[in-house]
Amino acid sequence: MLLIRCPYCEEERPELEFRNAGEAHIARPTNIAAESDDDFEKFFFIRSNPKGVIYERWRHIHGCARFFNAVRDTVTDKFVMTYKAGEPKPAKLPGASK
Amino acid sequence: MNASFRISGAGRLNQAKTASFSFDGKSYLGTEGDTLASALLANGVHLVGRSFKYHRPRGFLSAGAEEPNALVQIVRDDARKTPNVRATVQELYDGLTANSQNRWPSLAFDVGAVNDIASPMFSAGFYYKTFMWPKSAWLNFYEPKIRSAAGLGVSPDRPDPDHYAARYAHCDVLVLGGGAAGIAAALAAAETGVRVILADEQAEFGGSLRFESGAKIEGENGFDWAQAAIAKLKALDNVRVLSRTTAFGYYAQNFVGLVERVSDHLKSPGRELARERLWQVRAKRVVLATGAIERHMVFANNDRPGIMLASAARAYLNHYGVAVGRNVGIYTANDSAYAAAIDLRKAGVNIAAIVDLRDNPSGPVIDEARGLGIEINFGRAVVSAGGKLRVSSMTVQPKNGGGERTIAVDAILMSAGWTPSVHLFSQSRGKVAFNEETRRFVPGAYAQDCMSVGACNGTDGLDATIDEAYAAGAQAARDAGGKDSSGKMGQGARPKVDGSESWSRGMLGAAPGAGPGTTVKAFVDFQNDVTAKDIRQAVHEGMHSIEHVKRFTTNGMATDQGKTSNMHGLAIAAETLGKPIPQVGLTTFRAPYTPVTFGSIVGHARGALFDPTRRTATHGWAAAQGAVFEDVGQWKRAWYFPKAGEDMHAAVNRECVTVRKAAGLFDASTLGKIEVVGPDAAKFMELLYTNPWEKLEPGRCRYGIMLREDGFIYDDGVVGRLAPDRFHVTTTTGGAPRVMHHMEDYLQTEFPHLNVWLTSITEQWAVIAVQGPSARKIIEPLVEGIDMSDEALPHMSVREGKICGVPTRLFRMSFTGERGFEVNVPADYGEAVWEALWAEGQKHGATAYGTETMHVLRAEKGYIIVGQDTDGTVTPNDAGLDWAVGKKKTDFVGIRGMMRADLVAKSRKQLVGLKTKDPKVVLEEGAQIVEDPKQSIPMKMIGHVTSSYWSENCGRSIALALVAGGRDRMGQTLYVPMPNGTIEVEVTGMVFVDEKGERLNG
Amino acid sequence: MAKAAAKTKAAGASASVERRPALAGRAVSAPGVKVEILPPAERISLRAPEASVPALSKALGVTLPATPKSSAAKGGRTALWLGPEEWLIIDETGNDPLADCAKISALHSAVGISHRNVAISVAGPAAAVTVNSGCPQDLSLEAFPVGAASRTILGKSEIVLLRTAADAFRVECWRSFSDYIFTLLSEAASDAAN
Repeated sequence: MLLIRCPYCEEERPELEFRNAGEAHIARPTNIAAESDDDFEKFFFIRSNPKGVIYERWRHIHGCARFFNAVRDTVTDKFVMTYKAGEPKPAKLPGASK
Repeated sequence: MNASFRISGAGRLNQAKTASFSFDGKSYLGTEGDTLASALLANGVHLVGRSFKYHRPRGFLSAGAEEPNALVQIVRDDARKTPNVRATVQELYDGLTANSQNRWPSLAFDVGAVNDIASPMFSAGFYYKTFMWPKSAWLNFYEPKIRSAAGLGVSPDRPDPDHYAARYAHCDVLVLGGGAAGIAAALAAAETGVRVILADEQAEFGGSLRFESGAKIEGENGFDWAQAAIAKLKALDNVRVLSRTTAFGYYAQNFVGLVERVSDHLKSPGRELARERLWQVRAKRVVLATGAIERHMVFANNDRPGIMLASAARAYLNHYGVAVGRNVGIYTANDSAYAAAIDLRKAGVNIAAIVDLRDNPSGPVIDEARGLGIEINFGRAVVSAGGKLRVSSMTVQPKNGGGERTIAVDAILMSAGWTPSVHLFSQSRGKVAFNEETRRFVPGAYAQDCMSVGACNGTDGLDATIDEAYAAGAQAARDAGGKDSSGKMGQGARPKVDGSESWSRGMLGAAPGAGPGTTVKAFVDFQNDVTAKDIRQAVHEGMHSIEHVKRFTTNGMATDQGKTSNMHGLAIAAETLGKPIPQVGLTTFRAPYTPVTFGSIVGHARGALFDPTRRTATHGWAAAQGAVFEDVGQWKRAWYFPKAGEDMHAAVNRECVTVRKAAGLFDASTLGKIEVVGPDAAKFMELLYTNPWEKLEPGRCRYGIMLREDGFIYDDGVVGRLAPDRFHVTTTTGGAPRVMHHMEDYLQTEFPHLNVWLTSITEQWAVIAVQGPSARKIIEPLVEGIDMSDEALPHMSVREGKICGVPTRLFRMSFTGERGFEVNVPADYGEAVWEALWAEGQKHGATAYGTETMHVLRAEKGYIIVGQDTDGTVTPNDAGLDWAVGKKKTDFVGIRGMMRADLVAKSRKQLVGLKTKDPKVVLEEGAQIVEDPKQSIPMKMIGHVTSSYWSENCGRSIALALVAGGRDRMGQTLYVPMPNGTIEVEVTGMVFVDEKGERLNG
Repeated sequence: MAKAAAKTKAAGASASVERRPALAGRAVSAPGVKVEILPPAERISLRAPEASVPALSKALGVTLPATPKSSAAKGGRTALWLGPEEWLIIDETGNDPLADCAKISALHSAVGISHRNVAISVAGPAAAVTVNSGCPQDLSLEAFPVGAASRTILGKSEIVLLRTAADAFRVECWRSFSDYIFTLLSEAASDAAN
């Protein structure tokens, strides 16, 4: 069981308290009804599914109940860092050489 | 009956304290503190099992957890028959009953042993090659035969009467392994005051100090020092000492699974004791002190009972006071077996000869053995063992060939060297590294915050081990935030070693006589019957990766996970491939380190604790009325209320008719309820539901539909507006948690600018639906402060007031098509209010009804159930609910998804009613619908039945179905092909009762 | 569910029906720990932005804590920080915090949940071990000191955990989960002292 740092609770908490909520930084279009088919497809259906670093949303559902963002490595399953919902993608990842 | 191999004065057990036990129906006497293995050996019993594939007779190889052979069935009673228990681990208790496994009709005469004679048939990869053709024979012939012949032991056939405990624990330093290294590390860590857990799989701490007679620490015998140190650790508040506890799995972020065997060693454990306790430990630092495991020599017939590891014989003698034979041969490739010879000789056991593969070794143990007059043969090999049910001789030959000599023995002790136990290190995803000089894999790069110390780290000698372990324990504690309070940590307090045994090296692979070109049965893996020849054959047949060799031969794949066999197998594969060992690589170690019972994994989660059973406030009343309950998710809901003599059908028919004729009471408490509060509550509702909400007056209700972004129906429910800034939202029973999650998701991440908050009030309110023409008359006398007239409280409205003197949110709404109310009261009052309503209801002929009647009544009205009539691919239009989509709205979740070409296509499946031509036939839910019943199979299916019931009110069956282009098929005849014939149906509207909806105010 | 043991009258109402709290009066004692159902209490779920906190604290008579995993208590009323802008208010004196909040115009949401939750006391030297049978959090006094409060997991159910003393916890769960939670804690209690 992983330990995940909740940016709102400001500490690491057991994975059992969390739930994954899919890829992060995919904003719902403000005028969604006017989206073209292609744009709606990109927004709703297409995900990056990378091997390596992924930006995703998690919810501390059995804790503070907040959604937040996390950077996780899909190869090692290690969390690189977490940050609050609404904050931009971190410019630099801790410990990243590239 | 007398334990004739017990040596008076030897070992640490109190030999006066006996315990009786039985093995295969025969009674024996053992000594308190014995394992089943030592007790049997004390009685001269070596033959304890038959091997898995060849059914060869087997005895004890080891004295510990690595045992591959001595697997037995422990029988406590009819329900407690544990198979595959290692006799070397099972502690003896008075009255213990054990049976051998994998033999028929008896251990000494086993019919399956024909496999041994026919063994050329059963060579490596035999399953893959033999049973390939013909395909049909696999199902009917091969598989049943293999299944009946395979498997070790017999599974218990009754529910496990024992209970199992579980616990999460956190510590700063977790020390795994309680030998000299582990104890030293724990002592150092404990001094800093950090939280320490020390675990060892044995009943007593000490590890190899159990048999190392030469170890002296702090002036004491090593084992005695260990006991004193453990007593000291146990007395500390910051240390938890766990014996009989195996660390079986090392997971991410220093999360380690341990199983503590709480009561398997007790004669009659009390009910208060769990059988096992699962510890899930999160440690800041882990110190691995898991020791090393001795390897056997790979030679012909090395599996005969009586042939065992040298260190095991020392443990049996020095700890249990048992001699494993009277005339013992030694076969070794390193020094450690000499110590066994010396200990046994000093205890009065004859050592027939030491056979040492090495040419000219020297050292103090060799001198000592020679000084005791023991015959020593250098440069020679044991090329075969004689005897079948028990070893009777060893045949010795110069290692490069030459004259053979047969020496009579009743036991052979062997040692090919020691393999560091890197299992847990490897599970932690650390990478092992091969040390060319010592020819062993030791921990290389670490993946987690842990350290390896002592023999598992390839550290030889007690002094070096304690040095390393003590320093590591202190380091781990410091890294975990501990402070050196004593100021002398790592110096004065380090245990002083006064005497030590030390050896290393040895050999890997097949011994002379079992090398390339030979066909003898020289076992590498005892438990899976893999020989040196099998490994070579695998390589020859093209398995060049060790992972392939492993799977082809099954080497290391038995329950012992190759603790003794992996390195030999690897060396033979490498030799055959002509590659160095590290290039061939080591297979991955996976959890569990030793077998783990299902019980310990399940823990408390069985019976009532398997999953929460949720009951509503009126459950007791319904149960007392004889209600039959159905499971709806975790909820128990009253399904129907049969009267005396009624079956389900009769009860549901009566309930359905009574509700439409008089009234019915129904517990709707399980529906999800969410209070949406804040100045932007209506704005939020506009975004989450298809309907318009801004203009809904406070005090009024609306049926809402919630979509996912893809445009499909996600949930539905009636929503009441209590105030401009407060909505009382209901959801489906099953949808409650996910709807809340969905709403929070949008609120927190897409619409965070809205000032609104969501609170689950599902369990705050008990909900009693009162439905039927007499509903108002039943409720009215109990209500205060609410005008119940149609003018003041029309259909789809909500009021707050009091009922039976307690607060209520009273909804005028209907899921039956009748005049209806849903009385919300605080949950603790639910049952009493129900009773009051029931008493009123009796005056008007009301019935209590359950979920089945609720389903029938709503289907009669064509009201859908999300999840039954919809399946995640149904749009509001498909369900005939276009009217509930706000046409002027510019945004809501699902608005764009709904517009997708596929979602507006004409040919989509639409929800319609179905009437069978024969009114008595009730369709099966899920049944497929076709246009032409005469077409060939596979038929073109154009839809399926989603809801189907007998409607007593209609006097016929009714059904709802999703049918392609359904609304354009009104009056069409369609067909439902079933196994017993095709059913003719007519497509109809969805409303079967009161199409105009007049009864809502009737 | 045993309900006969403790039937209480609804506070303040004259001719009201009886209140039948879930598992009322149930208790289990084991060596080192006692698990018992606590009497009903008044509760609200309170949500408010930071700007409203002073006014709400004043109205409630207890300062709403701003630190994660913490609580504040005064005069029988406890405010537990559950998340950003979210508190659970528990009143054990019979005073209704909902009424107190209703007087405040500052932006907030107060929802009555007195009947939604059931409270269970776990007390004794083995209390932490008992809770740890199903709760994966570190319950040492360093990590979870007296007054610490957290929504978390116990077995297969969500709970709110409040440490009321070095060796005592208040476990709050939803009403229909109380049977499961109480049974799990009772079974765990019998193992905890071992």
